[in-house]
Amino acid sequence: MMLRKLSILAAVAGLMAAGPVLAAGHPLPPKNVEWSFEGPFGKFDQAQLQRGYKVYREVCSACHSMHLVSFRNLGDKGGPFYNAEYKNPNDNPWVKAIAKDYEVADIDSETGDAIKRPATSADRFTSPYPNEAAARAGNGGALPPDMSLLAKARTGGPDYLYSLLTGYVAPPAGLKVGAGQHYNPYMAGDLTASWSGPHDKVPPGGYIAMAAPLKKDLVSFDDGTPSTIDQQAKDVSAFLMWAAEPKMEERKETGFVVILYLLLFSGLLYASYRKVWKNESH
Amino acid sequence: MSGHSTYEPKTGFERWLDARLPIVRLGYDSFVDYPTPRNLNYWYTFGGILSLCLATQLISGIILAMHYDVGDAFNSVERIMRDVNHGWLIRYMHANGASMFFIAVYIHMFRGLYYGSYKAPREVLWLLGCVIYLLMMATAFMGYVLPWGQMSFHGAVVITNLFGALPIVGESITTWLWGGFAVDDATLNRFFSLHYLLPFMIAGVVILHIWALHVVGQNNPTGVEPKSKADTLPFTPYATVKDGFAMSVFLILFAFFVFYMPNALGHADNYIPANPLVTPAHIVPEWYFLPFYAILRAVPDKLMGVLAMFGAIACLFALPWLDTSKVRSMRYRPTAKMYFFIFVVACCILGLCGAKLPDDPVIPHVKTFLLIDADLNSFVWLSRAATLYYFGFFLVILPILGLKETPLPVPESIASPALSHPAGLPAHATAAPEMKG
Repeated sequence: MMLRKLSILAAVAGLMAAGPVLAAGHPLPPKNVEWSFEGPFGKFDQAQLQRGYKVYREVCSACHSMHLVSFRNLGDKGGPFYNAEYKNPNDNPWVKAIAKDYEVADIDSETGDAIKRPATSADRFTSPYPNEAAARAGNGGALPPDMSLLAKARTGGPDYLYSLLTGYVAPPAGLKVGAGQHYNPYMAGDLTASWSGPHDKVPPGGYIAMAAPLKKDLVSFDDGTPSTIDQQAKDVSAFLMWAAEPKMEERKETGFVVILYLLLFSGLLYASYRKVWKNESH
Repeated sequence: MSGHSTYEPKTGFERWLDARLPIVRLGYDSFVDYPTPRNLNYWYTFGGILSLCLATQLISGIILAMHYDVGDAFNSVERIMRDVNHGWLIRYMHANGASMFFIAVYIHMFRGLYYGSYKAPREVLWLLGCVIYLLMMATAFMGYVLPWGQMSFHGAVVITNLFGALPIVGESITTWLWGGFAVDDATLNRFFSLHYLLPFMIAGVVILHIWALHVVGQNNPTGVEPKSKADTLPFTPYATVKDGFAMSVFLILFAFFVFYMPNALGHADNYIPANPLVTPAHIVPEWYFLPFYAILRAVPDKLMGVLAMFGAIACLFALPWLDTSKVRSMRYRPTAKMYFFIFVVACCILGLCGAKLPDDPVIPHVKTFLLIDADLNSFVWLSRAATLYYFGFFLVILPILGLKETPLPVPESIASPALSHPAGLPAHATAAPEMKG
């Protein structure tokens, strides 16, 4: 009886008019890449992080900042230049050498004048532009996002970054791409407004202000790995995942011990529970 | 309920203290000698699990507050993640702890609903629980704002704007809540202050909740009050060890999220610093608010939507007087049991709808299912159907069903029916020595 009443109510509610229905544009789902850091025991591949760092240094950092990462982080456990000989990353010669190549703004403690000095391992990565307005002015109005958290700040994480970097294709006929814009099927957006093709066949994806940044042999890898677009994209995505989650290895290692402990402890408690309740009906 | 105290101070100091502040006696009567129904199942362990959740949140939260900086909120959270010793652990515990808290509280509430734990004489116990839930929602919402990411900021905008739907006073209330004319630093500051305050208020109401529980006694799966000592067992060791085991298993789930998928329950956009000028494509609240968010969006009118959302919570407060059945446990109410499980499904559907875009099709590749002007193959219409059931369950089904249904026979006492795990010995033979404590 109640169900009948409900179905009548539902039908009445159904008769009330609803708003018009629009087909929302969805980007393609990211390609699934196999990462060394996947799964409960996954670790970063240090050689990959070093290659990825090189791609970041030579390509990305021309426009993208990474202001939450310090040079010393490169030498932290799990980081691209970690070396067991240098427990304190500030002593790590690779870290020191990398830092020295950067110049940071400082104040002369004697005169109070604004000066530039070589960076130390304690400094953070410097930003390519002095401020947001300058970054926008240099990139046709678009702001290159900071890369410190990029791999966690996008749905799909490193899979998404890799897909975006390797996903640039020529825009399908019927799609109007404005100046300074590039079509990418993995980019979020809705292309309905600039699509002149059939209404139900709006292409997936959106516009991105960044032109395809990677080219074959753009970066030479010191370990001899062939420098394909695919390899560069994979390596830099892995590096950005490390930059966003530098404590991942420590986290998973701790987690293993914690869960093992809890399993044993639960087993003990269950045995106690059985013993205590043995003679009690319940 | 526990009646006469059986605590006997053993040492001179205990006797001295007992005459001045009988705190040991209180603890003994509440957590050792306190009689619990012997048939409590694992659904009854979530009260203990919730107190563990509250303690975890309080401790991790106090430590986070030592490192958090309201003036540089987003970056200070990242400093905790990167530079504070084990900061990543404390922060992930706190963020996922909120979700665990809500998983536990929802199970606890559904358990209360199923076994009729809100019926006389436990109405005040239930109401206090509803107050705790309300405080939890406020605390969780303000806590989610503190990292000051995109979802924090725009979530705060959406939720505070809900009060703007109220006629006449709406605008003044939102301005008052914001401490200005938009969500800004002033808002973040007061949210931090309140986020620190509310958990202690929760702890206070939890004390009242436990007090009320100890006055009326625990309900149990049969819904029949304990009649003799054969029906109960002392809290320690029986309930303690069972609760302890359940807590430990719950912690495994908790640890799994913290260590292996710490961001799975969050939203990627919250790792982008708050920017008032850029609105995320889809603003979604944390998963535990999604059913209410779906109810809000199911109603085409803003004010009515807000009222429906608050009404959904108000139904919980009114529940003790909406359910007219004299039988507590739905174990003996087959019809009510069926409607209860549909209700659980409806709540899950609402949660799903809250996460989806309203106009997206429920069944993919089937473009439209038009009735007059409405596309019924859309999440907004699914959420409308589920919302209707949500209110129908509380306002129509429970009041009418209690008067019309024919319940199954209810057992005389807890010990009298064939218990699911009978023991070799007669129950009171072993229970008695324990009672002396």
